[in-house]
Amino acid sequence: MKYFYLVWKSLWRKKVRTILTILSVLVAFLLFGLLSAFNAVFRGGIDYANASRLVTIDKISLINPLPISYEQRIKAVPGVTQVTSATWFGGYYQDPKAQFPQYPVVPETFLTVHPELQISEEQKNKWMQIRDSAIVGRDLVNQFGWKIGDRIPIHTTIWTNRDGGQVWDFEIAGIFDSDNNNGVTTLMLFHYDYFDEGRAFGQGTVGWYTFTIDDSSRAAEIADAIDTQFANSPNETKTSTEAAFAESFMKQFGNIALIVRLILSAVFFTILLVAGNTMAQSVRERLSELAVLKTLGFENGSVMGIVLAESILVMLLGGLIGLGLSSVIVQGAAKQMAAFLPGLALTNEALALGVLIMVLAGVAAGIFPAIRAMRLTIVEALART
Amino acid sequence: MSQDLAVLKDISRTYQKGKERVEVLHKLNLNIAEGDFLALMGPSGSGKTTLLNLLGGLDKPTSGTVEVGGAALHSMSSGALSKWRARHVGFIFQFYNLLPVLTAQKNVELPLLLTRLGSKERAKRAATALAIVGLEDRASHYPRELSGGQEQRVAIARAIVSDPTLLLCDEPTGDLDRETANEILALLQALNRDHNKTIVMVTHDAISAEYANHTVHLDKGTLTAEMAA
Amino acid sequence: MNLRSLPQRLAPSVVAIIGVGAVVGVFAGVLSMANGFEKTMLSAGSEGTAIIVRAGATSELSSGFGNDQVQVIADAPGVLKDENGPVMSAELYVVVNIIKKSTNQEANVPLRGVQGGAFQVRDNVSIVEGRIFEEGKNELIVGRAAQQAFAGLDVGNIVPFGLTEWTVVGIFEDNGSVSESELWTDVRVLQSAYRRGNSFQSVRVKLESPEAINALEASLKEDPRIDPDVVSEKDYYSGQSENLADFIRLVGYPLTILMAIGAIFGALNTMYSSVSARGKEIATLRALGFSPLSILISTIIESAVLAVLGGILGGGLAWLLFNGYTVSTLNGASFSSVVFDFAVSPDLLVQGLIAAVIIGLVGGLLPAIRAVRIPVSAALREL
Repeated sequence: MKYFYLVWKSLWRKKVRTILTILSVLVAFLLFGLLSAFNAVFRGGIDYANASRLVTIDKISLINPLPISYEQRIKAVPGVTQVTSATWFGGYYQDPKAQFPQYPVVPETFLTVHPELQISEEQKNKWMQIRDSAIVGRDLVNQFGWKIGDRIPIHTTIWTNRDGGQVWDFEIAGIFDSDNNNGVTTLMLFHYDYFDEGRAFGQGTVGWYTFTIDDSSRAAEIADAIDTQFANSPNETKTSTEAAFAESFMKQFGNIALIVRLILSAVFFTILLVAGNTMAQSVRERLSELAVLKTLGFENGSVMGIVLAESILVMLLGGLIGLGLSSVIVQGAAKQMAAFLPGLALTNEALALGVLIMVLAGVAAGIFPAIRAMRLTIVEALART
Repeated sequence: MSQDLAVLKDISRTYQKGKERVEVLHKLNLNIAEGDFLALMGPSGSGKTTLLNLLGGLDKPTSGTVEVGGAALHSMSSGALSKWRARHVGFIFQFYNLLPVLTAQKNVELPLLLTRLGSKERAKRAATALAIVGLEDRASHYPRELSGGQEQRVAIARAIVSDPTLLLCDEPTGDLDRETANEILALLQALNRDHNKTIVMVTHDAISAEYANHTVHLDKGTLTAEMAA
Repeated sequence: MNLRSLPQRLAPSVVAIIGVGAVVGVFAGVLSMANGFEKTMLSAGSEGTAIIVRAGATSELSSGFGNDQVQVIADAPGVLKDENGPVMSAELYVVVNIIKKSTNQEANVPLRGVQGGAFQVRDNVSIVEGRIFEEGKNELIVGRAAQQAFAGLDVGNIVPFGLTEWTVVGIFEDNGSVSESELWTDVRVLQSAYRRGNSFQSVRVKLESPEAINALEASLKEDPRIDPDVVSEKDYYSGQSENLADFIRLVGYPLTILMAIGAIFGALNTMYSSVSARGKEIATLRALGFSPLSILISTIIESAVLAVLGGILGGGLAWLLFNGYTVSTLNGASFSSVVFDFAVSPDLLVQGLIAAVIIGLVGGLLPAIRAVRIPVSAALREL
């Protein structure tokens, strides 16, 4: 728009002030980006959960195991398409503090139920053939630097093996990626058979079942059918959608989203004050110039628009750079800390929200000075000089 | 005589100042002929600037009618007045009122932003206006790099760039030394004679008034004498 | 000197104060979570009690002992004995699901089976309402924090876990420590309800003296019948809380630094506009003979004062809003909820004020230098 030149030049009236304001906005949106990515860690399992996938756990507690016989009984329920199971191995590699998820699984059924898992045919077959092999997610490879063919020892804190030891060895047969951000690439998967035969206790049990259904709108109904089946047995079950399960688990950590929102509110409140003050000063200093624009024939609405445009431009300049910077940092950090903070990413929704906030904040910061400019009486303003 | 460009009939303008009502103009009548160069003199507080503002559609009378070039300014909405001003009036102020963030060229182009002209055409017209006031070599300078006289010339160029019929000047030489003032007044005279611009100039300086064709005196809101220069 | 003309520069000054206030407020708020969590975990720990788990277990949950191994511990040196025998409690806990009042969703809560000695190995436990559970019965006592945070745990309530029903017969307190987030019952009843045979996860023993732990550890490690880790209760809980507390701090400090940088830009903005608004005043002072240094110092001080005001505002608000606010979170190590209060401690407030002062000094320095560089004559002439 042809007025852009005027808006742009007006911004740089007082260079230092404009630059400092832009820098403040930059920091605010850098924080927005980083905190949004952080929040995504806690939402990854929820947002990307498969709507047609359900989880069955022991009703009393997640840590109580379920009999392996339940697999067929779950599969027999109408609407269930494929069932797989997993167990919490509870191990670590070298550093006890750096735990990550390892699951003994039945390879065929696990891969069917988790189609987002992407692995080459060759590596998959290798895994199937070698009993003590495992496939690992990309995030683990980034974190630990493993390669295919490596033999790695995992210390378990729970599953002592039959010879009384705590260490299990696995050969890495393959590396897998995921086509979404649900954290599956922090997993290490190995053979249930190898696990069940090797462990000192708990044979014939699994930690939980994951299964797919044919019609996601019937999820509640099917979940009920399964839980009813096992009611009044020694192992009663609780079945829910993957999203609900992840959400209730995450909620236990605390309302991370709320905390992030509170912090960002404090930050943006401050930014609005800073930018609002800058705009107010800027308008106050050039009342006579704005009056002159009106004498030239610029309408009240146009003058108001010019002031608002300046305010929005400041927010966009600082905000886009800040958001861009946060994106770079997040991408770098995600690689380093993949297993520790799975799903650290700046989503498109967060970016869009950021831009929307930039515009809204620009309007909010500039609205009062803009109205003042609009209401300016030419006669009074010029009389001041 | 040529026909009247502006006709003010029974103009009164009253302001509310706190509890007091101040009447600045009192039942004033004035006709301004097309192509005239009129000086408006009077002591401070006599209402000269107010009269000028009424002529330019910057203000509305409390009572009476203001007709300029056939347009009834007293009854136009503020949006309509804006549009009218853009096309028909050029203002020149005592303190120039140039935008410090724009070059001379861009300052002169400002009124053209309100038209449909493309950027090339705008630049051309601005250059022409600057040439008329003799400042084509200062086009890319900022106001802070110009002398007072040069700034006023830029202001004049800005005032004429959209080719208005009426130029309204409020103490245009008030802030300039004698020599520069004379140059500016000579320029205004040339605009009047050679380009047929109707000019109304408020001044408190009798020497400046001599450059005009007519002088009217304003005292306490009414016209007193009318003298031909 | 400067402060007299402050009223004119009110708006930018208020902006700077609020900016710093936000930084200190967020800092104190976020870090008080780590503080509060740690406090709860650490107050459970005593040096006079030792916890024994299986070697390599990262928490009780991943540990396991048979009854004979518990006997070995009972006979070991260093364990305090009274007229009833060794003062100890072999314990086992499971994680049960109870609705958390604040989210109306289920949360993992520890149900711990204890022996009689549980009250002696912990220095500060006492029943504050109702009575202790009777041995052999499905009766529970509930920690004060758990009773407040989770639904349906009042004295007299019946709580169903799986096929068994339990009656809440009492409420206990333990000096605000993590035990208050737990439900306790007779260990044998728990073992039977969850089909754990005669196994335990951990053994707590009262030591003859804090130093006796060395003898105890040496003896147990040499014994081939048992493979233990022996730590003082204090060290054990310190290890349990480390992860989460460190994590919060790992996020909290960089967050604060980033916000502080933003606040510095805000302070610079305020001080630059303050200096240019005071241009004539500064020039007059200089003309009168005030040295450039005094102008410099007074400008920096003005900035610091504004920042400190902001720090007090932010710290005060954080204290008012957050101190004592009760939440619960999942402790990854124990896989169960820990209920704790935010703790806005004095040293946090001090750290916040120090941050505020730094912001003020940095934010005032450059504008102060500009203030004294204004050529006196130019400033006087211009205005």
